[in-house]
Amino acid sequence: MSWRHTMIPAVLLVGLILGGPTGAFTLEQYEFDDPARQAEFRNLIGQVRCLVCQNESLADSQAGLAGDLRDEIYRMMLAGSSRDEVVDFLLARYGDFVLYEPPFRLSTLPLWLGPVLLALIGVLVLRQALASKQSAPEQDLSPEDQARLQQILAPRAEQNQDPRR
Amino acid sequence: MNRFKNWTLLPLALFVVLVGFLGYGLTMDPSKVPSPLIGKPVPEFELPALTNPDRSITHEDLKGAISLVNVWASWCPSCRAEHKTLMALAQQGAGDGFRVVGLNWKDERDDALEMLRVFGDPYTWNAFDPDNRVGLHFGVYGAPETFVIDRQGIIRYKHIGPLDPRVWEQTLRPLVQQLKAES
Repeated sequence: MSWRHTMIPAVLLVGLILGGPTGAFTLEQYEFDDPARQAEFRNLIGQVRCLVCQNESLADSQAGLAGDLRDEIYRMMLAGSSRDEVVDFLLARYGDFVLYEPPFRLSTLPLWLGPVLLALIGVLVLRQALASKQSAPEQDLSPEDQARLQQILAPRAEQNQDPRR
Repeated sequence: MNRFKNWTLLPLALFVVLVGFLGYGLTMDPSKVPSPLIGKPVPEFELPALTNPDRSITHEDLKGAISLVNVWASWCPSCRAEHKTLMALAQQGAGDGFRVVGLNWKDERDDALEMLRVFGDPYTWNAFDPDNRVGLHFGVYGAPETFVIDRQGIIRYKHIGPLDPRVWEQTLRPLVQQLKAES
C-alpha cells in the first residue's frame, strides 16, 4: 500500500464534500415583508413533497418542477392566501401524497391509528401471556417421578462428595 | 392452556398480514402517483398555440370530442420514444372518433417545432406552456403524461410515462371505446 492508495481517495472525498451543491437555488429569493409570513412559507415548503424526487421536500429539491411549485406557492402567499388555501390547492392537483404528513380522514385512518392499534394488541397479548402463566402453577411431581429423579441425581450427589474436591 | 396457544399465534398472523402488505407494495411503482383530478372537469386555462402564437387555446377546446392530451417536451427522451405510437394513434383516431392533442411542457418553442418537423406532428393542436403555469393545474409532474378527456371535458384517466402499443391496447383503447359508447 503506497501513499497513493489512501491519498487519492482522500483528496477525491474532500473535493466531493466541499464541491457539493453548486448552482443551487437559495431561499433568499423568496422574500416577504412580514417575517412571520416568511417563516410560514419556509415551513410549508419543507412539508411538501417534490413528486419528481420523492424523498426531497420543495425546500430541498433542485428539480424544475419543485422550482415551479415554490414559485406558485410564493405567488399565492404574496397574494394573501392562507396556508390552508395553499395546501388545498396542492391536494386538489397532486393528491395526498404531495404532503409528507397525510391529512387525517377516513381513507388515511389506518395510517394514523394503525401503530396505536398494533401497540394495543401487543399489550393485550403480553397481558394474556402473563396471566395464563400465573393461572397454571407448576405441578408437583408424582411420587414415582420423584423417586426417579432421586435415582438420577444420586450418583451425581456422590461425586460431589468426592474428597478430592 | 388452549387459549394461551391461540394468543401465541397472533404475532405470527400479524406478521403474515404485514408481509402480505409489503409484498403488495413491491408490485406498485411509487413514481406513479394517482391523480385526484380523475372524474373532474379539466382546469380552466388559456395558452398560445405552439405553431401559431397568435391563436389561443382554452379548456373549451377540450369539449365536444374525445381527446388524448399528451404532455410532452423536446428535451424528454421518453417523449421521443412514444412519438411513433402517437403518430399511429393520430392516424387511427381520425377514423375512430378521437383525437390526439398536445400540451408542450417546459419547452422552447423552436426546439419543439423542430422535433415535430423531424419526427412528424401527431397533434390536432398543441398548447404551449413553457413556464408550467397550466401543467401545474393538471397536476403534471413529469413528461410524458397522457390524459384521456371525454366529450364533456371531464378528465377520465391519466397515464404516467410513455405510451406504447401495449398500453394502448390494454388500457386506453377500451376506455376510448367506452367513452364513445357513452354519448
